[in-house]
Amino acid sequence: MKAYFFKRIIAMIITLWLIITGTFFLMHSVPGSPFNEERTTNEAIQKNLESYYQLDKPLIVQYGNYLKALVKLDLGPSIKKSSQTVNDMLGRGFPVSFELGMYTLIVALISGLILGVVAALRHNGIIDYLAMSIAVLGISIPNFVMATVLIQQLAVNLPIFPVATWSSPKHMVLPILALATGPMAIIARLTRTSMLEVLTQDYIKTAKAKGLSPVKIVFKHALRNALLPVVTVLGSLAASILTGTFVIEKIFAIPGMGKYFVDSINNRDYPVIMGTTVFYSAILIFMLLLVDIAYGVLDPRIKLHKKEAK
Amino acid sequence: MEKVLQVNDLHVSFSTYGGEVKAVRGVSFDLHKGETLAIVGESGCGKSVTSQSIMRLIPEPPGKISGGEIIFKNIDLIKLKEPELQKIRGANISMIFQDPMTALNPTITIGEQIMEGIIQHEKLSRAQAKRVAVEMLTLVGIPNPELRLKQYPHQFSGGMRQRIVIAMALVCRPDVLIADEPTTALDVTIQAQILELFRDIQKKTGVSIILITHDLGVVAQVADRIAVMYAGRIVELGTRREIFYQPQHPYTKGLLQSVPRLDAEKAELVPIPGTPPDLFSPPVGCAFAARCPYAMEVCERVYPIETHISQQHQVDCWLQDERAKKLVSSFK
Amino acid sequence: MELRKQEAQNISPDVPNEWFVPKVRNKEEAEAVVRPSLSYWQDSWHRLLKNKLAMAGLIFLILLALLAIFGPIFSTHSVETQKLAEQNLPPSSKYWFGTDDLGRDVFIRTCYGARISLFVGLMAALIDFIIGVVYGGLSGYKGGRTDNLMMRIIEILYGLPYLLVVILVMVVIGPGLTTIILALSITGWVGMARIVRGQVLQIKNYEFVLASKTFGTKTARIIRKNLLPNTMGPIIVQMTLTIPSAIFAEAFLSFIGLGIQAPHASWGVMANDGLSTILSGYWWRLFFPTMFISLTMFAFNVLGDGLQDALDPKLRR
Ligand SMILES: Nc1ncnc2c1ncn2[C@@H]1O[C@H](COP(=O)(O)OP(=O)(O)O)[C@@H](O)[C@H]1O
Ligand SMILES: [Mg+2]
Repeated sequence: MKAYFFKRIIAMIITLWLIITGTFFLMHSVPGSPFNEERTTNEAIQKNLESYYQLDKPLIVQYGNYLKALVKLDLGPSIKKSSQTVNDMLGRGFPVSFELGMYTLIVALISGLILGVVAALRHNGIIDYLAMSIAVLGISIPNFVMATVLIQQLAVNLPIFPVATWSSPKHMVLPILALATGPMAIIARLTRTSMLEVLTQDYIKTAKAKGLSPVKIVFKHALRNALLPVVTVLGSLAASILTGTFVIEKIFAIPGMGKYFVDSINNRDYPVIMGTTVFYSAILIFMLLLVDIAYGVLDPRIKLHKKEAK
Repeated sequence: MEKVLQVNDLHVSFSTYGGEVKAVRGVSFDLHKGETLAIVGESGCGKSVTSQSIMRLIPEPPGKISGGEIIFKNIDLIKLKEPELQKIRGANISMIFQDPMTALNPTITIGEQIMEGIIQHEKLSRAQAKRVAVEMLTLVGIPNPELRLKQYPHQFSGGMRQRIVIAMALVCRPDVLIADEPTTALDVTIQAQILELFRDIQKKTGVSIILITHDLGVVAQVADRIAVMYAGRIVELGTRREIFYQPQHPYTKGLLQSVPRLDAEKAELVPIPGTPPDLFSPPVGCAFAARCPYAMEVCERVYPIETHISQQHQVDCWLQDERAKKLVSSFK
Repeated sequence: MELRKQEAQNISPDVPNEWFVPKVRNKEEAEAVVRPSLSYWQDSWHRLLKNKLAMAGLIFLILLALLAIFGPIFSTHSVETQKLAEQNLPPSSKYWFGTDDLGRDVFIRTCYGARISLFVGLMAALIDFIIGVVYGGLSGYKGGRTDNLMMRIIEILYGLPYLLVVILVMVVIGPGLTTIILALSITGWVGMARIVRGQVLQIKNYEFVLASKTFGTKTARIIRKNLLPNTMGPIIVQMTLTIPSAIFAEAFLSFIGLGIQAPHASWGVMANDGLSTILSGYWWRLFFPTMFISLTMFAFNVLGDGLQDALDPKLRR
């Protein structure tokens, strides 16, 4: 178990390092200085700025310094908002984004599972078709479209919910709904397929032959096994929710990381872009580890310390 | 002899995209108390469908029991509703499936899987149920039962798992145990051990067993009576001696020739040429006629009437007709 | 002795004697069980035809393609013509989908948006297919260490947040249609490569089995007749499902201002413009682009599902 975690953490660090390196050189391959475009700065000021941000040093030195700072969890200063560091922005923005993302994941997971299980149990019935139609719609409607539709219907036409911001539970309903539909649909479809597959398994027949009631068979024998494939996609779902928060935060004017990130992209604020990418990648890699652990808990066949053989 | 189970003229069909599959077309047999009845036949002939119909485990739809009766303790199981069936399944009639590797739930401990049946049917406390489970594991020959209860199926070998499956099926002391190819997925030495276990258990508990297999070799060791099935019908039924030493149906003879025999010096295996008919539109006459070396015109036109050779031995074959006897010399 | 007697009486009265003659078997009867067998593709096509939702999707996509190609030709308005006197007009017989704040015809802009969406989707699928076949094919064909290494690389790419990568590339290269397609291709092929590799391994296995049985010349035929169709199935389905995700990515990027740039019409750009006027009640400016994005993705998704069912009857539910 310990050996497994050690190996996993080494692998995580290597992956993260590859991402950092890739991002760093990608960002620095953009021709010209980030200060060039601003007409207000003259030559001398530009030189000063470049030396302040160490942009005059050779690339490899900059890279080394960046890594050194990263080890101390320092993502560096923002170029465009000179009084702020990337850490400041993440510290302010990320908790809000995290809240939005987590609530979304929970809502998507619960509703998706219920929809998927019910559809599978009523296979080829009306409820099945209905649930799956909702699911295909959910997959087909992009989250930003969903957001606009929700605002138009439930905030403008029928002013039930506020149009924007993130100040009370009531404000959270529409953004979470908009962001959760897609993942919910994916989870529902996957759960249904996996549940149908599990229901044809021999051990379900065995359970029936024991005289267990259908309720027991579903909840005790089928559900846990049907969940396994769902758990495996949680990592990539979390990633899509994370990126989804960018656009949802923009639409609902939520003061999360998305706003800083989209701003930094438009301003070409490279340290912020880089820092956000690195930070989000790290979170994602951590999520993948959590998913693996959850999988190990659900499936006794997976012995965590043996998995390195794979 | 006391009859625990009677199957009369059972018909089962499946509606599929290609049409209606008539999987079982009029199967009748009795099961006596404490005996082992083997049902033998090539794969696809309807053995599993017959046995699952007894437990009413045929998926409906697409399956449908379209006729006949299954009498257990004076009740026709075909007429029962789901909740009543649940009381019988596992408690009075149990079932073992072919592949022990897939028959156990991989994410639940075997102790829980053994205990849940008895908790369901006999309203025992967990502690009592656990005691019964330990007893059962001992009965089927699993060492260290207390410890083993806490383990998961993947921690057991195939033979061990089949023992656990058997323990699971016997935990409520059922009257009837249906074993659908219980040894097919196991290798030969383990097969023999499992068959030995069946005999042992029967002696200790008096359970009646329906043993389903496509392998007559398996049957030779344990069956009291043998029913030979072909294309959804029982074509010959008799005691083990009668089937092995006086087989009447050409299909039975064919099956026997395709079994390795211990008494024959040269193990000459002769598989029956041809394949079973498709069951979408089974032939009106004898379904085996197309593959039968003794086929006559009549075989294709009319299904043979049941002939009783002895009290226990019956066969559906036109060769039993007096008029066919004269012909026998003209074949081959 | 008693038994013998019983047998002696064994005559079924309602069956005539003349039927008791050995059956005459002619060869054809014994051998020929010739049924008209449809080829795999014909079979699949029939199954697809029966799937109403998938067919509706297909028809919608054909109409959309026609609209994208010919729509602007038959209209008297043009994409960029600005008529400041005709700002924000609601849908009418002159402007079917209304006009925007610069007096541009929303219908024509929607048609152009369809061009961009379909182009991005098809190109992304095509590039994914090419890279995926080369990479996955090589990985599966070489096997061993090469395969191992190549799969490791894929695993790392798989762990990346896909839209984040796309955004990074957009930042570096600068926005535009070609960069969108390029950015989508950087990580998009991973799924396809995995599928192709799996299929190649299957073919290899099959070839090996057949060769060991010395089937000889039949091998090629079996691969062509049985194996290739079966391996093409998942690839086609994957391509169909790549298209809507590419269309989504383009719309997403354009919506947050990183994709197609302002004067050009893309559904994402139009939706973003429309959103800012949502409180003014110019609903048509938001409604048409978002409806078209959703319908198009819906059509591709149901078509993909339908193809999956049709091409792989084993998975049929
Ligand atoms: N769920 C089902 N749907 C359609 N046909 C079925 C189904 N189950 C069994 N059959 C058909 O019933 C026939 C008998 O099957 P089975 O009883 O499993 O044979 P076996 O004697 O090998 O156990 C076969 O032809 C099979 O195709
Ligand atoms: Mg069977």
